[in-house]
Amino acid sequence: MPRLVFHPEEVKIISRRFGQGAADIDKYIALDGYKAVQTAIEKGVDWIIAEMKASGLRGRGGAGFPTGMKWSFVPKQSERPKYVLVNGDESEPGTCKDHVIFLHDPHAVIEGTMIAGLAIGSKMGFIYLRGEYRYLLKIMEKAVADAYAKGFLGKNIFGSGIDFDIVTQTGAGAYEVGEESALMESLEGKRGVPRIKPPFPAVVGLYGGPTVINNAETIASVPHILLMGGEAYAKVGSERNGGTRLFGISGHVVNPGVYELPMGYNLKKAIYEVGGGISNGRKLKAVVPGGSSTPVLTADEIDVGLDFDQMGKAGTMLGSGGIVVIDDQTCMVEFALRTIKFYQHESCGWCIPCREGTDWLKKTIGRVHAGGGVAKDLDNIRYLAENMLGRTFCPLGDAAAMPTIGFIKKFRHEFEDHLNGKPCPYAHAEEPALV
Amino acid sequence: MSTSATTIFSPETAARFDRLVTLYPVKRSALIPMLLYAQDEIGYISDAVVVEIAQRIGISELDVRSVLSYYSMLRTKPVGKYNVQVCTNISCMLRDGYGIMEHCKKRLGIGHKEVTSDGLFSLEEVECIGACCWAPAVQINYDFYDDLTTEKMDQILDDYKAGRGKETV
Ligand SMILES: Cc1cc2nc3c(=O)[nH]c(=O)nc-3n(C[C@H](O)[C@H](O)[C@H](O)COP(=O)(O)O)c2cc1C
Ligand code: SF4
Ligand code: FES
Repeated sequence: MPRLVFHPEEVKIISRRFGQGAADIDKYIALDGYKAVQTAIEKGVDWIIAEMKASGLRGRGGAGFPTGMKWSFVPKQSERPKYVLVNGDESEPGTCKDHVIFLHDPHAVIEGTMIAGLAIGSKMGFIYLRGEYRYLLKIMEKAVADAYAKGFLGKNIFGSGIDFDIVTQTGAGAYEVGEESALMESLEGKRGVPRIKPPFPAVVGLYGGPTVINNAETIASVPHILLMGGEAYAKVGSERNGGTRLFGISGHVVNPGVYELPMGYNLKKAIYEVGGGISNGRKLKAVVPGGSSTPVLTADEIDVGLDFDQMGKAGTMLGSGGIVVIDDQTCMVEFALRTIKFYQHESCGWCIPCREGTDWLKKTIGRVHAGGGVAKDLDNIRYLAENMLGRTFCPLGDAAAMPTIGFIKKFRHEFEDHLNGKPCPYAHAEEPALV
Repeated sequence: MSTSATTIFSPETAARFDRLVTLYPVKRSALIPMLLYAQDEIGYISDAVVVEIAQRIGISELDVRSVLSYYSMLRTKPVGKYNVQVCTNISCMLRDGYGIMEHCKKRLGIGHKEVTSDGLFSLEEVECIGACCWAPAVQINYDFYDDLTTEKMDQILDDYKAGRGKETV
């Protein structure tokens, strides 16, 4: 069971109810639950959208698209039903924040889904959890059933004359299904192969209807934003990056865990103060700042604010908020190999640059790591990865290429140290098998 | 379809399937959950599972097989009663996920995707299971174990062997 962590630097908004038994509906209600949705009904659609825009909330799934704006793109009139889709596929290595939300505050996800539904004029929402999260699915299912039992879901919610239904759904193991259009395919009972865009989901999404898709954390933030007011929420964060987010600090730190920090919080402080510094008395070598697809930062590059814009300026991305901390005894070639192995495994195989590129990268980096590489391999790795960028139907190709380019650019010397039959300088007892 | 007479599933699962196909705007949306729940009961997706699910949804068996081959949790062969899934992805790797994997191999005497001769355990190296901050992490069937050491792993395997393991379905 995930361990809850606390740190005085945290600002608890979305995690306010964690550890307080809020999976129980009465407890949730006692902790201001289902108030935001009633206010939303009272004040109407324009107010919801205005508050969401004022909040500066940007999507917590990885891309950081402004949520209020996303909702406002959905056409008011539509012949086909509109849908809200909550993305709880959470599969980006280094990321386990939605896990904690489903566990500790499932009703916040339900309430956020209802508010999104009101905002776009939808009568039905889906909450999709990755298949591995069975125990969390059961928590969500119970929460949904309890909300129906109280009359919060179903016909005429809170006397508004509006109907709203929620269905929970399980995946069955596939990272690619986290991509928004692949998720819609999966929910329609198909292979998780993405769709060509445009049309975008806001216009043609699930079952051909206009669809808002948001990450589970984005959705769970919504009731809090309406309770405290969009502007107040925005103020907690940094410029154009409203509020707080759940950061997962993992790897070589003394106190790994999911912490809620204001947007723009300094990465170095997050590692050394919040995360308690590097474990085993070692030194920092590198940080993968936002899940495995985000380009690596060296130990000298971490004095930077954790928001979408500052991370972009630093040449990487805020991504999913999964901060993976790497100490000086780690082999970066092995780390690069494990990363590309994942993307190769998860490529859906539709685009040649992604399908073949990830396979070649895995083979080449694997060979270099095993000591069988030649000098030319290093340029080839970079050339291959750079030529995948932007040449695929969905961003998984980029997600594989970007970190690879980062590793070979910033840690080229470690790749060189493996060439010409030299053994891995950081070798430990168990070498990764290439499965 | 009238289920009780013809179904290969338990009455509870059959009833769940009857309900699942009514939940969505299209029946086919029930396919992936049905496959997973069928697997939970039967142990894997057998030919008979494919036939019945195709009928229940009203799609071809080929459609079912095509979907089933995409998702990594769905399998067409039985595994051990307790499927030990060791995460070796980055956050777990940094905290000795490979050490846990090697330890399980030795302890169980089997390799990746193999089953012990008594059918009790199978072992699998898996991608990130969403427990990175509590690494290294393992899932046994649907139950999570985290902050593992080789000693803790031994204890957990002993518990399962003695029939004391958790069993979430
Ligand atoms: C390969 C791939 C995997 C993704 N996985 C997830 C995921 O597991 N969870 C998630 O919320 N978003 C994921 N995304 C991002 C979604 O496509 C989408 O942008 C997001 O759900 C939108 O929600 P947001 O605006 O609230 O961030 C993934 C994207 C790609 C390309
Ligand atoms: S980029 Fe990769 S995962 Fe995305 S559609 Fe192409 S092959 Fe599939
Ligand atoms: S990397 Fe092992 S659980 Fe995420």
